[in-house]
Amino acid sequence: MGKRRVRITPYIIGGLIVIFVVMALLVNATPLGASNVWLRVFFGISALNFTLRASVPLILGAMSGILCERTGIINIGIEGMMLAGAFAAFVAKTGTNDWPLMNSLLFGVAAALAVGGAMGWLHALFSIRYRMDQIISGTVLIILATGVSSYLFNRDAVAEGKFGSIAIPGLSQIPVLGEVLFSNPPLTYTALILVVVIHIALFYTKWGLRSRACGEHPRAADTVGINVNRFRYMNTIIGGMLAGLAGGFLVLEAVGQFQEGMTAGRGFISLAAMIFGNWMPFGAMGAALLFGYTQALQNELLLAGVTTVPRQFVSMIPYVVTIVAVSGFVGRVRAPAAEGKVYETEGGSE
Amino acid sequence: MNVSSLRRIGQMLLIPILAVFSALIVGALVMWIFGDDPLAAYRGLLDGAFGSARAWSTTIRKMTPLILTGLSVAVAFKAGLFNIGASGQFIIGTVCSVAVGVNFEGLPAVIHLPLALLAGIAGGMMWGFIPGALKVFTGAHEVIVTIMLNYVASLFAGWTVYAGGTQGQTPGPLWDATAGPISRTPEVFLNARIPWIFGDPYRVHWGVALALAVAILMWWVIFKTTLGFATRTVGANNKAARYAGINVKWITILTMMIAGGLAGLAGAIETLGLNHRFAPEFTGSVGFDGITVALLGQTNPIGVVLSAFLLGALDAGGARMQFNSGVSADIIQIIQALVLIFVAAPTIIRQIYRIRKPSDQVETTVFSSGWGR
Repeated sequence: MGKRRVRITPYIIGGLIVIFVVMALLVNATPLGASNVWLRVFFGISALNFTLRASVPLILGAMSGILCERTGIINIGIEGMMLAGAFAAFVAKTGTNDWPLMNSLLFGVAAALAVGGAMGWLHALFSIRYRMDQIISGTVLIILATGVSSYLFNRDAVAEGKFGSIAIPGLSQIPVLGEVLFSNPPLTYTALILVVVIHIALFYTKWGLRSRACGEHPRAADTVGINVNRFRYMNTIIGGMLAGLAGGFLVLEAVGQFQEGMTAGRGFISLAAMIFGNWMPFGAMGAALLFGYTQALQNELLLAGVTTVPRQFVSMIPYVVTIVAVSGFVGRVRAPAAEGKVYETEGGSE
Repeated sequence: MNVSSLRRIGQMLLIPILAVFSALIVGALVMWIFGDDPLAAYRGLLDGAFGSARAWSTTIRKMTPLILTGLSVAVAFKAGLFNIGASGQFIIGTVCSVAVGVNFEGLPAVIHLPLALLAGIAGGMMWGFIPGALKVFTGAHEVIVTIMLNYVASLFAGWTVYAGGTQGQTPGPLWDATAGPISRTPEVFLNARIPWIFGDPYRVHWGVALALAVAILMWWVIFKTTLGFATRTVGANNKAARYAGINVKWITILTMMIAGGLAGLAGAIETLGLNHRFAPEFTGSVGFDGITVALLGQTNPIGVVLSAFLLGALDAGGARMQFNSGVSADIIQIIQALVLIFVAAPTIIRQIYRIRKPSDQVETTVFSSGWGR
């Protein structure tokens, strides 16, 4: 019973994607869309663009989660790492407003990566060296990031300018597809490329095999000479950098400014995307796009002036979908086996 | 009380006390690095928390909801569950108690007030039931579900008091029609309010006594009843509990409901005792602070009361600190995070102060058993 269900799932998902793409093409490339508000809300170019934009931080957050959890570290602090990254990007950007725009923005990206990585290191330090419960360590990171970013936030500072779209010559001329996929700001491309890179790195390199071994059976990994905790440190730091980049995206590409608590649960939705996507980079990206789509729907419904449903209920959609996704799929996916457990080498700690 | 039990209590208190002390030191360093004056800040903090009768009353007022949200998180910890959802349960409790409090005019106080409090508890229990049941029946991890429910709760509460919009949006069911464009509820009827112990300007209400009574009740339930024993067994070793014939599923759901009910009661007490109405900006961070309270109190109800007092004092002193010394009250949150680090990783404290680990140290519950297995 269970096995059969697993086998048809890809066909259902594939079928839905095909229907979706056909609808999107019909609505945007033919007069069909002009006649019906609901079709525009669900399949319009603006909904598709918003989906991608809303998904980027979720994709990066989910990649962060995958890297950490594949080596056995539960990372519930993605939310805090994102917030820290966003704040770092904002401070770096406002500090260099007089630099040429691109340099200043790239400096912001570097700051987001560095601070995100530092948060990742902290998480690894707490959970490996000091054996703090990994879920509590993640919570600590969230509270710490919230506190520090509020304490240091200069409410008068303004970041001037943000990343603009780069149209890829040729590809961006394709109707609908070009507009949605090939004329985006740089961090969006980066996120999409990173998904491919991480997939290849995890499943087709020695590093990936070793990382996964640490998350599935650390004792066996240790026996063949892999330094389990070193891998866990490394991957948690890289994961922190990715989450930091997600925060950087929010400040440098999406919003252009910092607001207190601006991550608004994206870190947790990323975690749900990771679970939903079965700890696989492409699966998690798909789930992130789905969550992004629910956020886009919320946005489009508000823009279309649909007032029959109160806006608060529309805003609940992403959160409710997350709950449904986590409840409906967690039984059918499998987490890395050694996740959340402290690894101690034979005959002594540290 | 003999010497060995005194020593045991001393050992239990040692780590939390050193954790708070170290957090204050590191907090002072942070302030010093960023050009603030830590001595002036802490002087302001002490003055604001304990400097006068008014200060003491503020501390007690801030402590009250923290006792209950702290208990909420602590009770869940006992069963090996991490309830990050206290703030959502708090909000739903608030909304439910207000819904009763602004209706039923003319009901005598002996019925109206308990009814409003029960409504708050029931709302919180319902909000706790959802993650408990989802965990048991679908394996969804309570951390993600409770976090998502926090957002849903605050949006839902926002809708109930929504003043309506310019495009013809209908106002929410609890909106105060006399408030114009302001989103808030009317004040609850006098009969549904918790009476003052000390009225204006102190504004201390009997809710604090209720919270303390609930803490004692929870201590009794956890340590002196079969239910408490079953809960602790589930938290200590899920598999062993199942072999021992404990209904783990039921305990999980029930614990989440009790945790939710406690946070819901916190919301009800805060509304019926202090604010007398609900507006979205009243929500605050008491739900999230409950995590720090529970861990600092070593998930023991008596410890929770002590740490709620401490965090309440920090909270109460924050405003005065900012006013007196110009140091942003946000430093309090950093200090709280530091407290949490030091209590959750006692190894750090032991290394700094060179304390040996007592041999009979009870290991803290481990939650990171992966996602929903």
